Amino acid sequence: MIRSEVLKNLIPIISDQLVVSNIGLPSQELHMLDDQPSNFYMLGTMGLASSIGLGLALAQSAPVIAIDGDGSILTNLGTLPTIANNTADNFILLIIDNGSYGSTGDQPTYAGLKTSLAKVAEACGCDNVVECSAEDTPAAVKAALDGKKMTIIVSKCESGNIKVPVIDMDAPVIRDRFMREVARRNA
Amino acid sequence: MSINQKIVADLINNKIEFVTTVPCKQLAGVIDEIDAAKSIYHIPSNKEDEGMGLCAGAYMGGKRSAIIMQNTAIGVTINTLVTLIQYYNIPLPMLISYRGELGEPVACQVEMAVHTKALLAQLNIPTYHFHHPDDVHELDSILKYSFMGKKPVAILTDASFWQGA
Repeated sequence: MIRSEVLKNLIPIISDQLVVSNIGLPSQELHMLDDQPSNFYMLGTMGLASSIGLGLALAQSAPVIAIDGDGSILTNLGTLPTIANNTADNFILLIIDNGSYGSTGDQPTYAGLKTSLAKVAEACGCDNVVECSAEDTPAAVKAALDGKKMTIIVSKCESGNIKVPVIDMDAPVIRDRFMREVARRNA
Repeated sequence: MSINQKIVADLINNKIEFVTTVPCKQLAGVIDEIDAAKSIYHIPSNKEDEGMGLCAGAYMGGKRSAIIMQNTAIGVTINTLVTLIQYYNIPLPMLISYRGELGEPVACQVEMAVHTKALLAQLNIPTYHFHHPDDVHELDSILKYSFMGKKPVAILTDASFWQGA
């Protein structure tokens, strides 16, 4: 199962949640599958989905799911100690770990070789770290939402991509639409 | 009121409730004041681009945010400033320790200092240079300007500013 299939299976669980999605294909796939005001699409800035998601979770009370990739987490590995030490029980970091830089041609990442991101997260002090298969990912996200504890989920899936259109929404439109939705949920 | 207290009072008066910091010796006092401020959530970050991601998220969650960092971070954060903060029209006051200026004891700091204003100018980031302690009185207007225009602004604070404080 590849990332786009994991996302497709997740839609019933995450469609009504605030979602911050990673640069490149993950955002494009989410946009194609289920465009929503509750989705914040990153159009640039590799590595910061988890940081944006944590900042958002700390600033308001609605649940936040940041969908990140193994390559992006490796780019911003300092995010894991920050997450571990700033508990936001409305925050779920879902790392779709396909062991490759999918948006740039499936070059292998170290997470697909010897490095375990779940063990790194635990070593950084993250309390609730779940590693699961691609197939079990919707259930893991549902359990994390129901558990109301800050959770890091590492979803191990295969590398591979489908053809998806680029997002042609303007960045301030994405941001403004998302902020209005966040405000509505906190009203 | 000390200059550190004045800076933090201006942040609070402008409803800034989320501040991320990467430390610098010159900024130690103001970081202590941030830490002590009850209305501000202080979240130290490991790298300044990470900090800008945290600030962007907090802003979208309804909390005004700011970053405190050294000028060396301009070199670290150009991509984030351009493709996140500027591209999405996110306001971000950046209180920056301007190392490598007059009075600097560490030669390496000069290497980044000579590029700092040129880089900020290239990025079209409104830039203010606090050299004399009295310059702090402009901070309130600069913060308002950043949130009004939804843009990052740079406040460069040099050694003379801090030594005179």
